[in-house]
Amino acid sequence: MRSVILLILGAAVAYTLYANFSKDKIHKVEMGKEAPDFVLVDMDGETHRLSDYKGQGVFLNFWGTWCKPCEKEMPYINNQYKQFKDQGVQTIAVNISESKLVVNKFLERHDLEFPVVIDKDRQVENAYGIGPLPATFLIDPEGKVVKYHTGTLTEPMVREFMEQVKP
Amino acid sequence: MKQVKCECGHVNPHGTVLCESCGRVLVEEEKKKKLVDMRYEGSARRSQTYNKTIIDKIWNFFSSVKVGVTLIIITLAASAIGTIFPQEMYIPTTEPASVYYESQYGVAGKLYYLLGFHNLYSSWWYLLLIASIGISLVICSLDRVVPLYRALKNQKVSRHEGFLKRQRLFGTSQVEELDSSYELVKEKLKKNRYNIREENGNILAEKGRFSRWGPYINHIGLIIFLAGGMLRFVPGMYVDELLWVREGETAVIPETDGEYYLENHQFILEVYDKDKDNEAFNNAIENSGMVAKNFQSDVTLYKKSAETVAGEEPILDKVQDYELRVNEPLKFENFALYQQSYKLDELNKMSFALTNKENNEEFGDLTIDLYNPQDEYDLGDGYKVEVMSYFPDFEFDENSEPVTKSRIPNNPAFIFKMITPDKPDGEVSFVAIKQTIEPFGDNEFKMAFKGVETKNVTALTVRKDLTLGVLAVGGFIFMVGVVQGAYWNHRRIWIRRVDGEVWVAGHTNKNWHGLKREISTIFDGTGINEPKDQSDESDKSIESNSKEE
Repeated sequence: MRSVILLILGAAVAYTLYANFSKDKIHKVEMGKEAPDFVLVDMDGETHRLSDYKGQGVFLNFWGTWCKPCEKEMPYINNQYKQFKDQGVQTIAVNISESKLVVNKFLERHDLEFPVVIDKDRQVENAYGIGPLPATFLIDPEGKVVKYHTGTLTEPMVREFMEQVKP
Repeated sequence: MKQVKCECGHVNPHGTVLCESCGRVLVEEEKKKKLVDMRYEGSARRSQTYNKTIIDKIWNFFSSVKVGVTLIIITLAASAIGTIFPQEMYIPTTEPASVYYESQYGVAGKLYYLLGFHNLYSSWWYLLLIASIGISLVICSLDRVVPLYRALKNQKVSRHEGFLKRQRLFGTSQVEELDSSYELVKEKLKKNRYNIREENGNILAEKGRFSRWGPYINHIGLIIFLAGGMLRFVPGMYVDELLWVREGETAVIPETDGEYYLENHQFILEVYDKDKDNEAFNNAIENSGMVAKNFQSDVTLYKKSAETVAGEEPILDKVQDYELRVNEPLKFENFALYQQSYKLDELNKMSFALTNKENNEEFGDLTIDLYNPQDEYDLGDGYKVEVMSYFPDFEFDENSEPVTKSRIPNNPAFIFKMITPDKPDGEVSFVAIKQTIEPFGDNEFKMAFKGVETKNVTALTVRKDLTLGVLAVGGFIFMVGVVQGAYWNHRRIWIRRVDGEVWVAGHTNKNWHGLKREISTIFDGTGINEPKDQSDESDKSIESNSKEE
């Protein structure tokens, strides 16, 4: 009887401690779960719906022009995009609610080719529970999230990431 | 498990001091004492009798009131220390915590940081302390309430002479008309709302036993309260987020799964007016210059009516219009939106005029939406302004390149190309607030600043707290326990015939004075002597011992 009581109390304490220390790490998007679908239009007017890319891996990057680390990794992503786009890995860069002008100028300046979409009313940012930028999600050909990374990526990391979701 | 069989035939758990049934003193040592210790009815608290297995040891540790009190004192001290310097979440973000505390508070600050006090209230050891208090509460209570319940349930009417004699209130009498005295006493006891049990001409009169459960009810309330606190960590139970909405904007409300949207029509800040408002405010207005009267956001709440994919234009149904003020939150489902903060006059639009520098002749105005600038503004007649670059929150970086710090137009800057019939290739001008740079030499034209349009931004707290009900129930039960234990006393009067004499003993868990007064009216004129307080001559300290907490 006492063992049972102690066990229940111990379990409650363990759960509280666990929940407290994982609360900062809880994301809306869970690893291994279906990635939230979204529809956004890129700078060329083309519509990108995530669920249309089933069967391909998706490298989903969230960024802003004011974000220095984002700016740094953009050329790497661009290089790897060219390598992987014919191997079934789609790249989508979601800009957080900036103006078209600013984004376009940024793309021109860095000569970026991959599709960039603007999340005007921040619905997608909200659905993915984005914290600090840059944030990168990897979505496998089945549409499941397999990785979440915040912070600058190096070029080898970008390559490794894309390799990971190659169909 | 060893058990103790009393002479009366009742089998008591090992460690029992007073037989649960007849009250006989079972421990030799206790027999030497003049008065018995009535705490927990002399029952055996398990923690004090077994100490063999690891379970016993853990149980006994938490069962100790001393340990419980020590835990509470340590927690209090730690909580107090946590308030000396600000917690990590409240320090400015300009410096990391590892640097901030030392630079602000010196050695003490460094120590504070190293010992982890900067993030005390969610540190593992603080949570462990709180949890230990909870465990101590459960085990202390269980270890006492069960034996106490047993002892009170098993008590016999005829208590052993040794028990009666060692009660604090005790007296013997020779009574002539025993039967009539008995009837009179019983009647008076009933009048005083005692429950009377009789057995072989002996009486046990008892009232207010339920007050003995007060402390344990109180503990149950506390445990529910703690459990409510724990529920905050369960996802979906507790939300506390900040939502910034600019005037005219509709924003998705966080944590509602994209279900609810809020439109901010207007943010209003009203201050007290010396001439219009009550004179009573005059001093305050003079002292501080400005006294806020009202913070208000006029909003409309929308609910998404059809399933749309994130990024799609949502189809929204209006739920309600609301004037959201401090302490007047907008409530929907389990959420509440509170007026939390604001930002006045955030830049929204900027107007310029393309102007000849020489003669100040203007060739048309243009108004730039700082949230959505156009690529070019055609002013007609061959006059055109192209926006080559836009920096909403402009600064020069370490390489003296213009960059933006954020996407909010706090300090907008532009690089314009001014195309005129005179200069068909255009002139380039860098324009920031109160600053114009002409990178390629002297221009003929300039962008003359005409004015700004601003908007207010409101900040609302999005709050959901499903634990409040649990906390309220816990708090209520806590108070029931306090009242139960504080306003009622458990009083017992034993009357026993022993060899032609009548023995009377009385006990209460608190308020001996009240019991004595009651007893004196009950036995007055019955021929039975009122019992005397035996502690008066000897042991004053028994009063303080008699409390069970």
